[in-house]
Amino acid sequence: MTTPLGLGVLAGAILSGTSLLYATLGETIVERAGIVNLGLEGIMLIGASVGFAVTVASGNAWLGLAAAGAAGGLANLLFGWLVVARRANQLASGLAMMFFGFGLSALVGAPYVGAVITGLPKWRPAWLASLPWVPGSTLFNYDILTWLAVPVAVLVWWALFRTRWGLGVRATGESPAAAFASGRNPAVLQFQALAAGGVLGGLAGAHLSLSLTLTWAEYMTAGRGFIAIALVIFSKWNPLRAIAGALLFGGAEALQLQLQARGADVSPFLLEMFPYLLTLLVLLAWGGARRLAAPASLGRTFYGSQ
Amino acid sequence: MADGGKRAAVWEAGPVRAALRYGVICAVALGVFAAVLLLAGKDPLKAYGDTFSYTLANAEGFSELLVRMTPLLLTAVAVALPARLGLINVGGEGQLYMGAWLASAGALLFPGLPAWMLLPLVALLGFAGGALWAAIPGVLRAARLVNETIATLLLNYVAPLIVSYFIFGPWRAKEGSAYPQSSAFAEAARLPSFFNTRVHAGLLIALAALMAYWLIMDKTRWGVDMRAIGGNPEAAKRLGIPVAAWIVIALGIGGGFAGLAGMGETMGIHGRLREGLSPGYGFTGFLIAWLAGGRPLGILFMAFLFAIITSAGDTLQITQGLPYAVINILLALILFTVLARKAAK
Repeated sequence: MTTPLGLGVLAGAILSGTSLLYATLGETIVERAGIVNLGLEGIMLIGASVGFAVTVASGNAWLGLAAAGAAGGLANLLFGWLVVARRANQLASGLAMMFFGFGLSALVGAPYVGAVITGLPKWRPAWLASLPWVPGSTLFNYDILTWLAVPVAVLVWWALFRTRWGLGVRATGESPAAAFASGRNPAVLQFQALAAGGVLGGLAGAHLSLSLTLTWAEYMTAGRGFIAIALVIFSKWNPLRAIAGALLFGGAEALQLQLQARGADVSPFLLEMFPYLLTLLVLLAWGGARRLAAPASLGRTFYGSQ
Repeated sequence: MADGGKRAAVWEAGPVRAALRYGVICAVALGVFAAVLLLAGKDPLKAYGDTFSYTLANAEGFSELLVRMTPLLLTAVAVALPARLGLINVGGEGQLYMGAWLASAGALLFPGLPAWMLLPLVALLGFAGGALWAAIPGVLRAARLVNETIATLLLNYVAPLIVSYFIFGPWRAKEGSAYPQSSAFAEAARLPSFFNTRVHAGLLIALAALMAYWLIMDKTRWGVDMRAIGGNPEAAKRLGIPVAAWIVIALGIGGGFAGLAGMGETMGIHGRLREGLSPGYGFTGFLIAWLAGGRPLGILFMAFLFAIITSAGDTLQITQGLPYAVINILLALILFTVLARKAAK
């Protein structure tokens, strides 16, 4: 029995949405600390390539996953050195990180083009496998990143909104001077947020290469980093809303893949445009409201209190 | 803080010292990049030496630098002009593809026209393709709905898909080539080239565009208006400058220049519409404009420098077996060095 289109899209939405959700959560933490990282696309590529290379070299996808997270975190610390320690312009630094990611991932991945991996193990609880259509689809047959995606979103929400650390991060994003005046160190908080966001961005990239495609290809993130930045705006800097956003955009990607797989009489190139155009449309619809929700000092450089 | 971000501070002490400083910056970046290549088990000295002997040591190599400079000059102006209004156009890549696409449409639809009609037509269409594509984020920004940085970035991913749709579909060449591409354009649509090299009339268009950019910005009332918006949009609005209209126009004209770059690549080099028209010329143009601080002479100098640097990407590919994309590391290192050297204020 073939899977109904709706179910196929939902299953695909969860798989494609996983990567988007981790990337969006990472960027949300960073932006809550007042920093825009346009280099997310590059961070994801670094995660995807490092994760894949380490998996092939060690034969262990778990090591690959850990290396991808570490590489993403380190790359974001480099970004932090520029925008926090050197007080460089955030947009230009973000684009520099994008170039860095393009190049570094190509260098790291080059020896592993065409390599075959089994990727992250997937499992499906037996009681879920007995539901109709489930055995024929990818539903509930997930790797650890997909199973943990929603819990991680809740964790990020809890860390940002229910802990002292999160309060400090958000205070830094609203007003670094006020955060400083209340005894916090904005630079340290921003570095911590960047490290956490980088790890999540690296994992987001690794999910693509270690679970979704099981290959490495140059530029394989195909703009997902930029879509995730748009998703942060869409979800109004809220990790829980980001779950819905990632599902919606994962769904857009899944729908175009499902239509292609079912031989719809539409050019695959036109279908591939859909997620990017949907992103623009959503930004358009949200355009008016976002100024109210954005951290007040987002994108501004804090020159200290002297 | 506001001005700090828009221009690299390197230019504040005049062109000679700026050139010296860029020498140091490039040396640092080249040094770090050499270390990266060494770590990857490659031979950086050979790579640099090969690049030098391929590009600067003989006439043919030098002509190829001019070929490469042509789209870079145009995509840099495409960034520099809107930047005077404080607009960040990171969509040169997509605008280049749309210019190539619309120019190709003209060349394929009117193959019978004489060159004196067809050439201006395809040039105009190339400009229009990029301009209309850039006008989309322009309108969204002017209406204060979507930030132009993210909109131009997203549209970069859409434009090549439009080109692919046409060359895999309606425009695909009949003469059985496995390679997806349009049919060859009529001779009349081809930009003339010079001295038996691949240097084509697009270079003259690019230099004229740079000239026009300088004249408009520094010598006309329009330039004053645009710079006023870049300085303080609120004040400009109170002075009666139509800020929203200027945003659309500036992004449109910028996109038009990037579109001309795409037109030049198809009409001057390939003679057909193909995939992979640009190895990131749009992004490299952004770097050039930003590093040059939007100054016309700086753009000329930087475009030449980046033509050499991106040639090194080809060298890495040919002699060291590395993907071309690795050259992005060197571009990033140059940017990192410039960004990091800015003294804390």
